[in-house]
Amino acid sequence: MLLRKHFAGVGKLASTVITSFLAVLIALAVGAILIAISNQNPVDAYRALIDGAFGGRRAIAETLVATTPMILGGLAFAVAARASMFNIGIEGQLVIGSLCGALVGAADLGLSKWLYVPLAMLVGGVAGGIWGAIPGVMKAKSGASEVISTIMLNYLAFRISIYMVTSAGAWLSWVDPQLQATKKIAPNARLPIILDRTRLHAGFLVAIAAALILWYVLFRTTFGYKIRTVGLSRGAAEYAGIAWGSTITKAMFLSGLLAGLMGASESLGLLGRHYDNRSGYGFTAIAVGLVGRNHPIGVIFAGLLFGVLRSGSNAMQAQAGTSKELVLILQALVILSVSALASLEYLRERRARTAAATPTAAAQPATGVTA
Amino acid sequence: MSDFFDIFLLKTILRMAAPLIFAAMGGLLSERSGVMNIALEGMMLIGAFFGVVGTYYMHNVWLGVLVGVTGAAVAGLIHAFWCITLRADQIVAGTAINLLGSGATVFLLSRIWNQSGQSPKVDRLPMFWGTVSILTPVAFVIVPIVWWFLNRTKEGLHVQAAGEHPQAAESVGINVNLYRYACVVMSGVLAGMGGIYLSLGELSGFSREMTQGKGFIALAAVIFGNWNPVGALGACLLFAAAQALPIQAQAKQVDINTDLLLALPYLLTLVAIAGFVRKSRPPEGLGKHATNR
Repeated sequence: MLLRKHFAGVGKLASTVITSFLAVLIALAVGAILIAISNQNPVDAYRALIDGAFGGRRAIAETLVATTPMILGGLAFAVAARASMFNIGIEGQLVIGSLCGALVGAADLGLSKWLYVPLAMLVGGVAGGIWGAIPGVMKAKSGASEVISTIMLNYLAFRISIYMVTSAGAWLSWVDPQLQATKKIAPNARLPIILDRTRLHAGFLVAIAAALILWYVLFRTTFGYKIRTVGLSRGAAEYAGIAWGSTITKAMFLSGLLAGLMGASESLGLLGRHYDNRSGYGFTAIAVGLVGRNHPIGVIFAGLLFGVLRSGSNAMQAQAGTSKELVLILQALVILSVSALASLEYLRERRARTAAATPTAAAQPATGVTA
Repeated sequence: MSDFFDIFLLKTILRMAAPLIFAAMGGLLSERSGVMNIALEGMMLIGAFFGVVGTYYMHNVWLGVLVGVTGAAVAGLIHAFWCITLRADQIVAGTAINLLGSGATVFLLSRIWNQSGQSPKVDRLPMFWGTVSILTPVAFVIVPIVWWFLNRTKEGLHVQAAGEHPQAAESVGINVNLYRYACVVMSGVLAGMGGIYLSLGELSGFSREMTQGKGFIALAAVIFGNWNPVGALGACLLFAAAQALPIQAQAKQVDINTDLLLALPYLLTLVAIAGFVRKSRPPEGLGKHATNR
């Protein structure tokens, strides 16, 4: 019995991994068709992409640089999704995190490196966390759909960012309105480079550590158990005495915190300032979370995949002439194929179950998120 | 201050409201039939883009409108296929359509015109009363039509049945999935019109991400308007007024920071859904399927 249960688990893991792989293959195949339609050679394009991502020490470092925000963003999406919250607000949370972290760094507080870097990262993370907790509170208090509230908070965050790096220059000396950015972040607040003569910064280590910590929190602590229970069934969770409202709020705080760290690691590690332009990483994060099936370890690999796509896309454009915006389409295709396969897999499972037992009350397709 | 409220402000509000109304009526149809639609934003972008592509190649802005509407309808069809036939998570599918909208338009922008930000200028739809597009009154006419369809026709009542109690509707012989397909495709058509309003009605070309969240604001208007066409119209006008204020402030050279004023529609939406959502009731069968299999 125990053995069977054990193997059932392995079978589920395998089918989950296979589903994600298949979804990515389908997306790449459709992408190849698109390249072919626009009169280019898909083999050349993908070869240039792989070459650009892995051709040499420098290229690999750049791939990991691109992977860093993907992992943090994917984790942000995953932890919210585990609580059945659909966080489309990662983009706004990362802008707030990047802005706040960079402002602390640009203030040049004269602290030592060991104090200054964690402080700036923490401020960025917490600021993103607070921004993320707002839709959680709104849903808990009045049932407002997080889908709308997170999107509105995105646009609010963009407006705040624009205001802070332009008009606020009149009273704030830490910003540079000409550049539409903050002033340069003090060297002592910059995340250190971890590979000589590359741009690979310690944010990558933060991302990996965050994934491992999140895995522990989700699967080895009571708090994680609460998040997952609330995500599976609000009714069951409340019946078991788990406070739904506070759990989704905390999960959203954690999600925003990870998104804030993602933003802060970009400005403190890679860019050296907070620039007011949209990376769109907050939306890629959704694809990363879905491909990683909202599992922290899965997200590491999914993040790497999207990092490869990002870092290889420039080479693809330069060498094969394929517009790097193809990567944006690939993201959408990945989401479409993951959601279709996951839903088919779920329907097949349920059909097998209902065939074996008496029909039970039907539930929603279990992609892990509801409105 | 009294000259702040003038006919120019009224015109601005009408111009800002029209694309929201188109998209909101589309979203309303889809949601009343039981399919969540957060894909309005992507559908608007696709409509806006293909409207320009059609006009560019056929040298006729009305044919361009047709091409744009067709493009957005295809986006609606994809959303419908994923949500209804494949039974994928409707929010996930909607997100994918939105990403597809922004990705595909930017990709094609660089393929067709070798541009990364803007398309070349094309003809614009006719205007009247100075700067009001011919599409503006169309938007306002669509509202009573949608209301009449939903409440006064047999098909409209079937749509509501599909949205409220899909299983019951199915059991009395209503083809729930067919009605849902029709409504979601129609939501693509209407949202596409909203996008076309921006690219061919207000401006005369496409620019990257030109919808700026209007699809999401339209969806918020549907919720704020309690899934009722007249209520949604009121919400659209309110949000449009919030968008018109910064423009008016700039025109009248009122000394106020427009950066923050531009945040007003989004802030208003947040307050609206936080405060009023308790009173609003989504269609009972939203996101539910007609059969258990």
